[in-house]
Amino acid sequence: MDFETKKHIIECLEKDVRYDGRKKDEYREIEFKIGLIETAEGSAYVKCGNTEVIAGVKISVEKPFPDTPEDGILMVGAELLPLSNPKYESGPPDSVAIEVARVIDRGIRESKSIDTKSLCIVKGEKVWSISVDISPINDDGNLIDIGSMAAVAAILNAKFPKYENDKVDYKAKTDSLLPFNKIPVAATVLKLGNNFIIDPTELEQEAADSRLTVTITEDNKLCAIQKGGDGTLSIEDIDKMMSMAIGKSHEIRKHIKQ
Amino acid sequence: MVYSKRLDGRGFDELRPIEAKAGVIKNAEGSAYFRMGKTIAYAAVYGPREMFPKFKQDPKKGVIRCNYNMMPFSGAGERVRPGPSRRSKEISFVTDKALIPTVDLEDFPNAVVDVYIELPQTDAGSRCCGINAAAIALADAGIPMRDIVASVAVGQADNQILVDLTYEEEHLPEYTECESKDVADIPVAIIPSTGQISLLQMDGIIEKDALMKALHKAKEVISKISEVQKNALKEKYAAESIENNE
Repeated sequence: MDFETKKHIIECLEKDVRYDGRKKDEYREIEFKIGLIETAEGSAYVKCGNTEVIAGVKISVEKPFPDTPEDGILMVGAELLPLSNPKYESGPPDSVAIEVARVIDRGIRESKSIDTKSLCIVKGEKVWSISVDISPINDDGNLIDIGSMAAVAAILNAKFPKYENDKVDYKAKTDSLLPFNKIPVAATVLKLGNNFIIDPTELEQEAADSRLTVTITEDNKLCAIQKGGDGTLSIEDIDKMMSMAIGKSHEIRKHIKQ
Repeated sequence: MVYSKRLDGRGFDELRPIEAKAGVIKNAEGSAYFRMGKTIAYAAVYGPREMFPKFKQDPKKGVIRCNYNMMPFSGAGERVRPGPSRRSKEISFVTDKALIPTVDLEDFPNAVVDVYIELPQTDAGSRCCGINAAAIALADAGIPMRDIVASVAVGQADNQILVDLTYEEEHLPEYTECESKDVADIPVAIIPSTGQISLLQMDGIIEKDALMKALHKAKEVISKISEVQKNALKEKYAAESIENNE
């Protein structure tokens, strides 16, 4: 991003002005559509401002990892589709895409919201494997938070397929939901100059010096943290940013629950 | 033949419900959503922009580059592994060929027009659905075009000519009693104004007469798809001109 634009964005923030008229700690309008993908076992579409994502859950039966023979498998993936933004290119995921996917994955995994033990079918032999994939349709910033919301909403909506005679029957969905109850929320706070903002647009994201993503469990504990961006943060910065993220997480959780 | 009534109750030359919208992806120069029954495609056009890698540049004209991709949760069975496969690469390639005859990129030497096609949900006919979305998206992006390509799959199952097959019909003997086990799936893309065919593939077993019949059926129904495509563009630009007048 060019120096002048960045300077202008920061000068505006000093006067409490964002280009789209929001307050620094204000989210864009969020819209959820649940269960719209019939081929997925669970799905959610989330639109937050101009950022739109679809998350889908596929469930299969796999051999467990040798070090966790009694645990089911949970995997969250995200691809930065070139359809969603001119800056993305086709090809294997680059480090930016991998970071987005890993941060969301870690937040959901470490929150222990999913009881992986109850996903065991035969110890050491067969466990349920839950794959959540996030596909952005239009990326206008804040993919980690919005992708995470979509992933969690898709998991909450997912139903096991029928499993009989060692075969998964994808045509017959059962009524049983996944063992997932407490909702983790990823909240990202950006630092631009001496300003802290939440739910950045793509432009704000590009102007930011540094970023802090915190994933917060339903009982208000932190389960994953990631500092991003090229800039540094002081301990005081981190304190402020965490408080802002925790404060916002309650509001986001309410949205997901609806 | 036993297949006297289609599994979903349609007439034999009836399309699934189709729906189209133009301008659904804000970041793109042009974009579209196209749905045929349970198959859904998004298409986004970026460009004309400089072609990279450079050795692929054509100093005489711009190049169109399509990229077809199924989202990991878009198949009714197991998860689709993300990233390109042999299948998706081939479909991207034939989609290029389906669209090239209608676009005129002579004014854009060394440039590329990227067309990204993403499928969030599929039930057969995904390349056709993708082409239909891509053609609208190209027009929406203002790329110079001679016509808007429209595409549909025709075919034969249990000696019956069918239009716009579902997944179950592509595998009909597994789902219902059939006299003939032969099934043919024929995706076709047609340039509506001339009737010229720009995509033709076939998978399965069929006799020449039946194939010709199926192609004629495709030509008959293509105008319906074409109309939906044009309406999607009209709706978008009518809405825009009202906004501008206000």
